[in-house]
Amino acid sequence: MTEESSTNDLSRFKTTYFEECAELLITAEECLLRLQNGSDDPEDCNAVFRCVHSIKGGAGAFAFSDLVRFAHVFETALDALRSGRVGLTPALAEVLVRGNDILGDFVRAAQEGVVLPPDHGERVTQVLNTLTGQGGQDSGAAASTPSAPVAAGEACFLVRFIPTAEMLRTGNDPLMMVRELAGLGALETSADLTRLPARLEDLAAQDAYLSWNFRMTTDQGRQAVLDVFEFVAGDCAEVSVEPDGGAEAEKPEAPAAAPAATPAAPPAPAALHPEPSEHPDHPDHPAEEGHPAEAGLRMRAEDKPGSGGVHTASIRVELDKVDRLVNMVGELVITQAMLGQQTNRFSAESHPELFMGLQELSHHTRELQESVMAIRAQPIKTLFSRAPRIVRDLSSRLGKQVRLVMSGEGTEVDKTVIEQLSDPMVHLIRNSLDHGLESPEQRAARGKPPEGTIHLSAEHRSGRVIIQIEDDGQGIDRRRVLEKAIEKGLVERGQSLSDEQIDQLIFAPGFSTAAVVSDVSGRGVGLDVVRKNIQDVGGRVSVQSQPGVGARFIMSLPLTLAVMDGMLVAVGGERYVLPLTNIVESIRPKPEQTHALVNVGNMLTLRGEYIRLVALHSLFNVEGAVTDPTKGLVVVVETEGGDRVGLLVDELLGQQQVVIKSLESNFRPVRGVSAATILGDGRVALILDVGALKAEGDRDGGGGNAPLAAE
Amino acid sequence: MATTSGRQFITFTIGAEEYGFDVMAIREIKGWTTVTELPEMPASMRGVINLRGVIVPVFDLRARFSGLQTEPTPRHVVVVMAVQGRLLGILVDAVVDILSVQPDEIRPVPALDQSQNHYLQGIVITAGRMVTLLELDDLFDSHSLAAAHSVGATAA
Repeated sequence: MTEESSTNDLSRFKTTYFEECAELLITAEECLLRLQNGSDDPEDCNAVFRCVHSIKGGAGAFAFSDLVRFAHVFETALDALRSGRVGLTPALAEVLVRGNDILGDFVRAAQEGVVLPPDHGERVTQVLNTLTGQGGQDSGAAASTPSAPVAAGEACFLVRFIPTAEMLRTGNDPLMMVRELAGLGALETSADLTRLPARLEDLAAQDAYLSWNFRMTTDQGRQAVLDVFEFVAGDCAEVSVEPDGGAEAEKPEAPAAAPAATPAAPPAPAALHPEPSEHPDHPDHPAEEGHPAEAGLRMRAEDKPGSGGVHTASIRVELDKVDRLVNMVGELVITQAMLGQQTNRFSAESHPELFMGLQELSHHTRELQESVMAIRAQPIKTLFSRAPRIVRDLSSRLGKQVRLVMSGEGTEVDKTVIEQLSDPMVHLIRNSLDHGLESPEQRAARGKPPEGTIHLSAEHRSGRVIIQIEDDGQGIDRRRVLEKAIEKGLVERGQSLSDEQIDQLIFAPGFSTAAVVSDVSGRGVGLDVVRKNIQDVGGRVSVQSQPGVGARFIMSLPLTLAVMDGMLVAVGGERYVLPLTNIVESIRPKPEQTHALVNVGNMLTLRGEYIRLVALHSLFNVEGAVTDPTKGLVVVVETEGGDRVGLLVDELLGQQQVVIKSLESNFRPVRGVSAATILGDGRVALILDVGALKAEGDRDGGGGNAPLAAE
Repeated sequence: MATTSGRQFITFTIGAEEYGFDVMAIREIKGWTTVTELPEMPASMRGVINLRGVIVPVFDLRARFSGLQTEPTPRHVVVVMAVQGRLLGILVDAVVDILSVQPDEIRPVPALDQSQNHYLQGIVITAGRMVTLLELDDLFDSHSLAAAHSVGATAA
C-alpha cells in the first residue's frame, strides 16, 4: 500500500518534471533564438543556463544519467558563454540551438523510457567541449575561473551573502546555503549583525536581518560557489564571490539569490572577515531599486517553476478541472438567461430589488466567465516560437534569404485554440516560404531586396483573434491557379471568376499546389486541410494576394470556444443567433433602397454601397416570416474577409451571451450553422455562420435566394 | 418477465405496429417537446432538442420507415438512446412495455427486400402480439446521416 502510493507519488513528480522540462526547453529555445538574432542581453544567456540547469537538476533526482551527462556538457558551455570566456558567434549560436534540440531528445527519451544511442548528439557534445576547452566532460563548472589557481586546483574565495528581508517568507532558509557551501570545501563563516534592529520591538519575526561573510577554500570554481545561490536569486540583496588574495574583483553578472535568514537561523559565528564595503547603506528591498539586472533576475526566478522565487504566484491545474469550470459557467449563463426571461412578466417598478439583483447577477456572471476564460488563455507566443526554426531550416534548404518579423506575440488566446492552430500556422509559413517568396536572384531581377520578409502577426479584433502571415513574394499566380482548378474539375471552363475568387481556390479540396511548384510543401497536405483545421475551431482562413507584391493569409478565430456574444433574431417562428462581432448595423430599408438585379439577386443600397440581401427565411425554409425587406429588418453583417451582406429577418430580439454547443458531437455539421445554443426557455437556437451564409447568397445569386444547396 | 437471463427490450408503437429496442441503449424517455429544425434535412430528421445542456438530434421513426412525418402531440414520446457514443432521440407514438426475451424466442425476419431488413433484428411473438426488434446501430449510424445528405441533395 505504502509502496504503491510512493510509486504513484514518484510518477506524479516525474509527470510534473517533464511538464516543466517542456516549458523550460521552450523558454531556452526562445532565448537562444534571441541570442542568435544578435541579442546581447546577458539575461537571455542566463535564462538558458538556468533552464538547462533546472533540467539537469531534476534529471539527477530521477537518475536519468544520459540526460544529466549531456545537460552538464551543455550547461558548462553556456556557463563559459555567460561568464564571457567565450564570445558568441553565429556558429556557436547554431550549435547551442542544436544543443537544445538534443537536450530535448534526451528529455523525451527519458520520458518514454527509451535509451538513445550512445553517440547521440556526439558532434554537438564535441563542439561544446572544445568550446569550453575541455576534453573530458566532468570538471565542468570548475575549470574555468580565470583567477583560480588552476594547477593547485584549490582556490580561496570571499563570499558575501545578504538576503533580502523577505527571503524567509518564501520558505528559503539560509542555512541550506551555508550547508551547501560547506559541502564545497573548507568554510569559515561570520555573521553580519549590523542590520539587526536595535530594539527588540522593531524586530519583525518574519524578516531576515542577518547576512554573512564566508571565506572558503575549494577545488570547485567560482561558478560552483555562485551556483549555490542560483535558485534564490530573487531573494538576494547581494551575493558576491571574489577570489581571496587581492585578485581583482570580478563582478558576478548573475548574482545568485539566497535563502532567508531566520532570526532563529544559526548565526554560526566563526572567524570574522570584515568586508568593509557596501553594507551600511543597503536598503531593504535592494532588488527593486537600482540594479535593473537584479530586478530582471528576480522576475525570472518567479517564472521558473520550482525555483522557490519570492512570490510563487502560479499553480499547476489539470485542464480537465478548468474545463469543468468552463462548462459550469456556461450552464450558469443559460440559467441566468432563463431567470431574465421569467422576470419579463414583472415590471421593474413593482419589483425593483429583483431587477437590481438580476442586473448584478448578470455582471457577476460575465465577470466570472471572463475570469474563467482568462485561466485558459495563453499568449500566442507559445505558438509563434516555433516559427523562427521553421523559417531558418526551410530557408537554408530552399536557398532563400528570409527575414521573419513577428508582432503581437503577447496576444492571449484560449489554449485549445492555440493547440488547433499549430499545424495550420506551420503549414502556411511553409507555404509562404516555398511558394510565395522568390529566390534571391529572382527578387533582384524584380527590383526587390534579395532578402524576403515574412511577417507573422497576431491581434485581437472585435472579439476574435486574427493571425496573419504576410510575405512580400510573388503572390498567387492566378492564371496557373485557374488552369489547375479547371484541370481538376473544380471550375468549369469559361466560368468567369473574380480575382479574389480565384485566389480562394487554393483552399479548395483536391487543389494541391504540390504539383504546381516545388517539393517542400508537397507532403500530400493541401491548404484545404489547413482550412478544415481552422474551421473545426470555428475559424476561417482567407488569402489576399497582389501579384508580384506579396500575399497575406488571414486566419480568424474565436478567442474562446465556449461562450460568445450574440444577437437573437426572429425569423417566422424561429429564432437564430448572429455573432455580435459580425454585425455592422441593422436597418429597415426604404423601398427605393432595394433592388432586384438580374443574375445577381436582391441588393440593397446603403450609403452608395451595394450589399447583397440574403433572406434567412428562404435560406432556412421558414414559413410565416416577413418576406418584404421594407417591412422587416436587414442586419448588415461583415465576414472575416471584409465582405458585407444583409440578412433579412423579422426583428431583433436582443443581445445576449450564448453558450456554444456543438451540433457535431451528436449529429453532424450543418451548413450555414456554426453551432447551437440553448436559450433561456430551454429551446435550442442555431448560431449562424455568417461567412457560409454569404457564400450561399453568392451561389444563389442567380435567382432570389434558393434554399441551401447540398454539396 | 420472470426470466433474468436473455435480453430486455423496450417496446413502443408506431401506428398499429409494435417495435422493440434493446433496453441497454435507452437513456431516457421523455414527452415530445418542440424541436428546433435544421435546414435541409430529410423528413425523418425532425431537428434538435436540448437535453440538459446537450444538443440531441431527434429522428422520426415513422418518417424513417414510411416517409410520412408524425404529427406530434405532447402525448408522443421521444426515446433518448446512446448509439455508438452519440445521443439521439427517436420520436414514437407511445411506449408499451418492457419485454424479457430468451435468445431462442427471437425468430428471424422473413427474407423480404434485402435493403429493408438489415436493421431488423428479429421478431418476437408474445401474448398474441408481434414485436419487431430493431438493430439500433444499423438504423441510425451512417445510414441516417447518409440519408440526410442524399435527401438534401435531391431536394436541391
